Amino acid sequence: MGGTTDLAELTGAELADALAAGETTSVEATRACLDRIEALDGTLGSFLHVDAEGALAAAAEADERRSAASPASPLDGVPVAVKDLLCTVGQPTTAGSRILEGWVPPYDATVVTRLRRAGLPILGKTNLDEFAMGSSTEHSAYGPTRNPWDTERTPGGSGGGSAAAVAARLAPLAIGTDTGGSIRQPGALTGTVGVKPTYGGVSRYGIVAMASSLDQAGPVTRTVLDAALLHEVIGGHDPLDSTSIDAPVPPVVEAARRGDVAGLRIGVVKELGGEGFQSGVQARFEESVQLLTEAGATVVEVSCPSFAHALAAYYLVMPSEVSSNLARFDAMRYGLRVFPEGVDDPSAEQVMAATRDAGFGDEVKRRIILGTYALSSGYYDAYYGSAQKVRALVARDFGRAFEQADVLVSPTAPTTAFRMGEKLDDPLAMYLQDVATIPANLAGVPGLSLPAGLAEDGLPVGVQFLAPLQADDRLYNAAAALERLLLEKWGGPLLAPSATEEVSA
Amino acid sequence: MTLTQPELVPFEQALTRYEPVMGLEVHVELNTATKMFCGCPTTFGGEPNTHVCPVCLGLPGSLPVVNGKAVESAIRIGLALNCEIAEWCRFARKNYFYPDMPKNFQTSQYDEPIAFDGWTEVEVDGETYRIEIERAHMEEDTGKSTHVGGATGRIHGAEHSLLDYNRAGIPLIEIVTKPIFVPGGKAPAVARAYVQQLRDLMLALDVSDVRMDQGSLRADVNLSLRPHGVTTLGTRSETKNVNSFRSVERAVRYEVSRHAGILDSGQRVVQETRHFHEDTGTTSPGREKSDAEDYRYFPEPDLAPVAPSREWVEELRATLPEPPAERRRRLQAEWGFSDLEMRDTVGAGALDLVASTIASGASPQAARKWWLSELARRANEQGVELSALAITPAQVARIQALVDEGKINDKLARQVFDGVLAGEGEPDEVVEKRGLAVVSDEGALSEAVDRAIAANPDVAEKIRGGKVQAAGALIGAVMKEMRGQADAGRVRELIVEKLS
Repeated sequence: MGGTTDLAELTGAELADALAAGETTSVEATRACLDRIEALDGTLGSFLHVDAEGALAAAAEADERRSAASPASPLDGVPVAVKDLLCTVGQPTTAGSRILEGWVPPYDATVVTRLRRAGLPILGKTNLDEFAMGSSTEHSAYGPTRNPWDTERTPGGSGGGSAAAVAARLAPLAIGTDTGGSIRQPGALTGTVGVKPTYGGVSRYGIVAMASSLDQAGPVTRTVLDAALLHEVIGGHDPLDSTSIDAPVPPVVEAARRGDVAGLRIGVVKELGGEGFQSGVQARFEESVQLLTEAGATVVEVSCPSFAHALAAYYLVMPSEVSSNLARFDAMRYGLRVFPEGVDDPSAEQVMAATRDAGFGDEVKRRIILGTYALSSGYYDAYYGSAQKVRALVARDFGRAFEQADVLVSPTAPTTAFRMGEKLDDPLAMYLQDVATIPANLAGVPGLSLPAGLAEDGLPVGVQFLAPLQADDRLYNAAAALERLLLEKWGGPLLAPSATEEVSA
Repeated sequence: MTLTQPELVPFEQALTRYEPVMGLEVHVELNTATKMFCGCPTTFGGEPNTHVCPVCLGLPGSLPVVNGKAVESAIRIGLALNCEIAEWCRFARKNYFYPDMPKNFQTSQYDEPIAFDGWTEVEVDGETYRIEIERAHMEEDTGKSTHVGGATGRIHGAEHSLLDYNRAGIPLIEIVTKPIFVPGGKAPAVARAYVQQLRDLMLALDVSDVRMDQGSLRADVNLSLRPHGVTTLGTRSETKNVNSFRSVERAVRYEVSRHAGILDSGQRVVQETRHFHEDTGTTSPGREKSDAEDYRYFPEPDLAPVAPSREWVEELRATLPEPPAERRRRLQAEWGFSDLEMRDTVGAGALDLVASTIASGASPQAARKWWLSELARRANEQGVELSALAITPAQVARIQALVDEGKINDKLARQVFDGVLAGEGEPDEVVEKRGLAVVSDEGALSEAVDRAIAANPDVAEKIRGGKVQAAGALIGAVMKEMRGQADAGRVRELIVEKLS
């Protein structure tokens, strides 16, 4: 199967070039991805639903446009995987939850509309922690996703499905969502690139909401350029999302092609590193900073003292919004409906309760309960109110830091990929996975995770770049520079071992 | 232990011991073309669940977008009620589970209303009462539940319920008064006058159809009693969805009687919502509602704050209609109505109807006469508001014109009203179809007069002797013979001619 496997190994930009040059077709490339999904995903569990028919039909249309020399976009015909949190006409959208099992939305998320319009065949829907709540993809109601680097380990979460699919070359591109790190942390743990754009930079319309003021969709890819190309497709103002920014997408592709850090001020965030961070993670991070310095960047240390409270504030704001956003799953209009046992003629209220009891997993219930409590009369000021104040302080710290530095850097996650089940019974340990990614969500600023090499355990490490609001292009510029320096150093990309052999072994 | 239901205390008797304090919450459905947060049409009466989309059905992933026209209407309403307009305000989520709420939260405004601290003045029996407005805020309507089976049409005992989400997301403005302190005896009338005035104001602003029968204006009546001399407020009841002006008045009276009975018997008033029953004029308990009910309000994160510029607010202020009190004064002067006539016109909710009738050509006195006598009687018989009668001011004006032209008389006019109200067409068509035109055949009339004179020689003698006022008896006889289809004025002329 050499020929088709090779196509799956191409990055998005490489495949787009091959399609433009007429060296291959979208149907062939899409089939290569589908073959690889067929061969490997039984083990990885990165997809919840594969739409071979739909993807191949879209690929055939892309090929027609390519042969007529009128591609719909630079990525026309490049297949993409979509996190199963985005509504897709014709494919189920479950959010990884039993409560939405089998639900097929009557409408497309704006991001999906834009993917379709740009001609990207949608391979299927990727696995996630239920309603995107988790950092390991073990909280999916449909079973966990495994890390292609070591199938005994998690790929991170919540977007473990998209990250694993891209790391394992089941798809060149994928869409993730990031509420507290759900794109970036899986990126770090699987050796992929993950970007959380500026809040409001990508429409949330049609994305099953977890925490409205924090959720943001973004690209999951293997290279910085691919992320920029995908960002350009999905980004930009959407009148259907009132929180969408009415401004052009920052020049991310141009920045990704430039990759020049000469004279750039890079701020190392004192609070995001050191204690609590795995030594191999810290070592790769410091080497990255060293490489950037050698390439002409100026490195300064910045302090963001309120980040110490970011995790706590996050775990008040997020569950509060969760408790309200997830109220609609009540069995009245769509989704699961469970009748309480032993009750004749149950009331609507009893059916709601029985359905929510059966349809939500423990982590979701935990957050609904936390949020309901935090918003309760008499507690609101102490919890939700205080958390909003911390949020303002986090934004102020970012503002001050960006006076001293053009971009900030930190390790993306405190550890490399952890073993399946390791943190499942310890929610707080799980929550700490997002300690370095959460501040960006609280302040709305953009963040990017780039593979920075392997730690002492042979597993990938991510370095995180952070930029001011609407300066997403700075992420791509700095990350592209570091990516090039690392590739030169490594002599090529560090890819997850092709799991084919392991699976057959 | 069950407490016995205390007896009602007659209203006037209750007032000897207690002072009623009212609060009125009025929901107005705006007449925007589309819903509050999506592009679905707001038209009333579509097939169930046809005016819906992912947003107003609250499907996963859907997001709201504020209807700018609704914000504009909210600001104009606020300005017309002399409110401050917020420079910056947000929507909030009011969280509670109910099947007719697609998201299980209502997008509303909580501590940051678009309009606040206003006032308006209403007139009752020639006295002016100032009503303080606490706030006017924007929110979305819920869907509509129909409970099938069971005796009461209510959720308890129903076999199943049907849900129609066409109404879900229709923009509403909720106008909330501060506590209203007026002399107890006036409370019912003041409440009614206030709601009527809001209705008139919404019409003048052209922001709502304000059809109480379709629920586009709904009043909730909060009422509590306190013993005379006490300055703290008593426990209130909240009577929901009182759907006519008359019902507003009746609900206040009933709740005063009910509260007084409870307090007289030494029991405590339960804070609860109650339902008003049009047929009996009574209320019955709905949900028990305590301050412990927790809606977990928080700012709606899916919507940007609303920040109307001061320039825009001033532009909107310039579009306001004349304030009701000033308008009433102006119209009274223009029409030459006495204070009593004006008060009756306003009290009957006929001000706009009379104004429109005059604008269609009728004299002020004629317009007032028809609406306040003939039509008020019919509205009362049907148990509906004057404005709900199936007749337009233009039709009333035309009927008066037919009288003025001598084509019909007042008595025939009543039959024309019957015909128009029965849907038989325009006044002229009714006159035609029913054959109501006054007989102008002088020969027939003259013969009838001759017969009447012959049949009443005593009366005829009196008239010959100069007692012209006695002609009434002869006129009556003629009219009877002509089955009312004669011009009484002409009959009188003929009688006097023949007997002089």
